[in-house]
Amino acid sequence: MTATVEPPVAEATVPEPEERSARREQIRRLLGSPIFVVGALIVLFWIVCAIFGPTIAPKDPYAVDPLHSLQSPSASHWFGTDDIGRDVLSRVIVGARGILIVAPLATVLGTAVGTTLGLITGYFRGLVDNTLSRFIDAFLALPTVIIALLAIVALSTSKAAVILVIAVVFAPVVARTVRAAVLQEREMEYVSAAQLRNEGTLYKLFAEILPNVMGPVLVEFTVRLGYAIFTVATLSFLGFGIQPPAPDWGLQVFEHYGLLSGGYWWPVLFPALAVASLVIGVNMMADAIAKAFER
Amino acid sequence: MRRFIVNRVLLSVVTLVILSIIIFLGAQILPGNVGRKILGPLADQKSVDALNAKLGTNRSLIVQYWDWISGVFRGHLGNSAIQQRPVSAILGHAIVNSAKLALLAFIIVVPLAVLGGVYAALKEGTVRDRLISLGGLSATAIPDFVWAVVLIVIFPIGLGVFKPVATAPPGSNFFEQIYYLLLPAICLVFVLFGYIARMARAGTLEALDADYTRTAILKGLSQRVMVRRHVLRNALLPTIAVIATQLGYLMGGLVVIEVIFTYNGLGKALFEAAQKSDLPVLESGVLIVGIVYLVATLAADILYSVLNPRLRLRSAS
Repeated sequence: MTATVEPPVAEATVPEPEERSARREQIRRLLGSPIFVVGALIVLFWIVCAIFGPTIAPKDPYAVDPLHSLQSPSASHWFGTDDIGRDVLSRVIVGARGILIVAPLATVLGTAVGTTLGLITGYFRGLVDNTLSRFIDAFLALPTVIIALLAIVALSTSKAAVILVIAVVFAPVVARTVRAAVLQEREMEYVSAAQLRNEGTLYKLFAEILPNVMGPVLVEFTVRLGYAIFTVATLSFLGFGIQPPAPDWGLQVFEHYGLLSGGYWWPVLFPALAVASLVIGVNMMADAIAKAFER
Repeated sequence: MRRFIVNRVLLSVVTLVILSIIIFLGAQILPGNVGRKILGPLADQKSVDALNAKLGTNRSLIVQYWDWISGVFRGHLGNSAIQQRPVSAILGHAIVNSAKLALLAFIIVVPLAVLGGVYAALKEGTVRDRLISLGGLSATAIPDFVWAVVLIVIFPIGLGVFKPVATAPPGSNFFEQIYYLLLPAICLVFVLFGYIARMARAGTLEALDADYTRTAILKGLSQRVMVRRHVLRNALLPTIAVIATQLGYLMGGLVVIEVIFTYNGLGKALFEAAQKSDLPVLESGVLIVGIVYLVATLAADILYSVLNPRLRLRSAS
């Protein structure tokens, strides 16, 4: 690895004053956007629940109490109790942890692989690009849930499998966005300058072009994070994600949706709303970031 | 024009071949021994071998792939590994059900979303525009099973209208069937409205900004005539593409909605096949989902190029 990548030149890594003030301007605009702030607050709330969940939760999320099963929301159980008497509020609070570990890991992996593929296809074009593009098209022809079903049957159910599957599904989408950005960048003078300095291809791709396409990469990352949360919750709901007795949101909906027709809505509605609020929070952030970077 | 269509069809065929290979490898190679995967670790070796012989999974991969893919095009999909029924019977029934739900959802959401998008564009920048645009996008971002749960809590449980189960009892007439399907269809309206309205809005804004619209205004046409004759036609073009891509989601991607509403569509059939490791049903079903998507986007692209006067004129000159 170190043999092929030459040590980066000092002045190339330090951002120029102009560039730095542009970045500061973007961050200032982000923090001034009410959509971003509200979204970030929602996400922060769930991150706090994920980290300190067991301490904040009013009851033990795993404590079974068959004598008080399926009690409707009351002063002692704000969100009621589930089919074996566990406190729904505590399970919703503690349930943030699983999804907030799996979804971001999957997104980071998918974005990293996708960015690399996008850099390669955008820079080399030609045969490499055409071949990879066909594979990307083939993947995009299937809904994410379907690919996940196929892969998880083949790999068997585990957190690692879920992370891997989501990353594999996201990589082509990220690659397509990054490729479009690279196609523009590769015509820039700084790339020709690197060419003239006889820099290695890896150096040109990762040290010269990559920093300049970080905007689209960041936007794509936040958008994908929203989808990842969506997908993890869906897979857990289908029984292919996080496994019982973990208090996962999708799993809680799955375990209790059969009781809906009996009128027991609280063990289902609250975890479902938790998923919705987290997805909306991430999407609000993504929306604001996209606006700040595209101008 | 013709060259564009031929190119586009060829590309789709190449993509389809790659897709079929990915599905085949995913379903056949990854689980290792298919017979063992289906029967579980406790089954004795003899019955595993027998099942592999019955399924044909003891033959070479190329023979198996060719057998499968040529069967798909002849309509012979083999038999389910679990149920004693041919795969085509299981999937055929599921496809019809999925198509019914998709059609009902489209009939409701497409006019609604196009009207909403065009209206938002005409009122660009106002509160009503923001309400439609932001509301639509937030609704789209919420997972479909959350909508399903919320709607079931509000309607059948709270208000006592609509059914929490989408499958009508056997012997129901046409209108009863639609009544049972309404709740999942409304669910899909929430999921799809934002996508379609956004495209219709963007298309309308672009058309409003175009030279021909300015000419129409300068000619003294009333706003209503201008919108109908000049803007709508152009605004609807990008909307077609979104509808096509969503068709792929409706035919097979509705796993969760079909499971919650106990509706025997393609998504639920694939989910059940996945649960029981019923590989013959799973791989053919997934391929069908991919074919539907590829054919729909291909049709949309061709329709787009036929309808778009700029593309049409370019190839004629």
